[in-house]
Amino acid sequence: MNPVQNTNQYKAIVIGGSAGSFQVINKILNGLPTDFELPIIMCLHRLKHVRQGFVEALNLKSSITVEEPDDKEPIRKGKIYLAPANYHMLVELGNSFALSTDEMVNHSRPSIDLTLESAAYVYKNKLIGILLSGANKDGALGMKKIKDWGGLTIVQDPAECMIDTMPTSAMKVTQIDHVWPVQKILQFLLEVHKQNKKISPLMSK
Amino acid sequence: MLQYPNIITTPDIEITELRRLTELLRQKYNYDFSNYAMSSFKRRIQRVLELYRIPTIDGLIRRVNDEPGFIKEFISEITVNVTEMFRDPSFWREVRDKVIPNILLNNNHVSIWHAGCSSGEEVFSMTIMLREMGILDRCKIVATDIDADILAKAKAGVIPIKNMELNQKNYIRFQGAHSLEKYYKEEGGKAIMDKTLVENVSWREHNLVDCTPFSKFDIILCRNVMIYFNQQLQNQVLKMFHESLFKYGYLIIGSKESLIWCEVANRFIVVNNEEKVYKKVKD
Ligand SMILES: C[S@@+](CC[C@H](N)C(=O)[O-])C[C@H]1O[C@@H](n2cnc3c(N)ncnc32)[C@H](O)[C@@H]1O
Repeated sequence: MNPVQNTNQYKAIVIGGSAGSFQVINKILNGLPTDFELPIIMCLHRLKHVRQGFVEALNLKSSITVEEPDDKEPIRKGKIYLAPANYHMLVELGNSFALSTDEMVNHSRPSIDLTLESAAYVYKNKLIGILLSGANKDGALGMKKIKDWGGLTIVQDPAECMIDTMPTSAMKVTQIDHVWPVQKILQFLLEVHKQNKKISPLMSK
Repeated sequence: MLQYPNIITTPDIEITELRRLTELLRQKYNYDFSNYAMSSFKRRIQRVLELYRIPTIDGLIRRVNDEPGFIKEFISEITVNVTEMFRDPSFWREVRDKVIPNILLNNNHVSIWHAGCSSGEEVFSMTIMLREMGILDRCKIVATDIDADILAKAKAGVIPIKNMELNQKNYIRFQGAHSLEKYYKEEGGKAIMDKTLVENVSWREHNLVDCTPFSKFDIILCRNVMIYFNQQLQNQVLKMFHESLFKYGYLIIGSKESLIWCEVANRFIVVNNEEKVYKKVKD
């Protein structure tokens, strides 16, 4: 199967990561072209009460500015979003974010499961889910929801992960379409981008 | 899919099922949740199903319908009551050092509305701060919430001691005048707050969805409440807040909320964008 088949259908990418994923994310964000179109929605485990610093650190390397959305902010093409400290970040029907201070899930707020699950429900088979290195199970059930709704699931190759609990937990609960090292994940995203451009060369923000 | 162990995840709730539930709640109990944000509301309902081991939405609808006593509990379970004292310490410094002094330039008294006060941590933070400023007895405070159970907790002023570590950390970062321990005593795993702090606070059950203004204020705090509403409802509630503020009064929302997308935005100016402090400048 050519993994990039039908890439025109994709509307968004969600990425979950925890311990050991910072370098990986940096690599991906650094490798993307500045006109990358699909919105990227990231939920990364972070210190609960440190509001500043994380997004700034990511932006040192990222080719597209990463932003922490406000509640009800519309999700736009060409943007990269990061779940803010101490809030769950959900995707709302109608393509905007809804933040919540619900109880922690998997000892985390933001919880990756919640972001993935809500995105799966809104984007159905037009979603790409990517789960990276991490030391707990958060994200596994979210990946299952993405698969159940017909989306594409990718995890970082456990052999390459600093801590592989997160990808391996996902592999235990659902079918993962691709188990890839970062380099391959990035290549795939670039391929998706190229296909998108071909299909809608005039598409603009 | 036999290769994967049978993971029990609650089945997804259909939007149409949610509609039937909200319709019943509205007609029978006058609680209108139809304009809550779908993603988080759906999650709360899912949680209630798990908590009461009700397998389907229909089961829940029957229970809500047949058991009038259940509604209070239900309201309490679907609302998110997570709160902290001195949440976002830098915000509280802004209130102490800028907002209140500014109001006191022209007024002798300050009236404050905490909309969605939850278990009261925000109200206690406010009254502690006002006492340290020496003006608590010149302030009139109203604290409201939709959830009667949580209001009763707020009134009682009892906080689980395990929460006090974070509350203390926040208070230190706020740079309070004393130590937070000055304001409570520990008893049986609980922090019993100093009741004289809230002597002049009026606690009331009030549903923001009804949009009924009841008084005018110098400051309205509504933090991390409207995130559970959709944009239409946010707009309505913000209009009511605008009406409930004196001219040059302050509206304060949660640190990740924004007025940008709402209709009354042009009647406010941004006082502090980071801390989400706005000032009403037009009637
Ligand atoms: C997450 S708490 C926020 C507490 C506090 N303001 C803070 O920021 O820490 C949200 C509160 O809003 C209340 N709430 C939800 N819907 C409401 C409504 N329609 N009217 C009034 N209060 C509501 C809930 O009961 C809950 O106590």
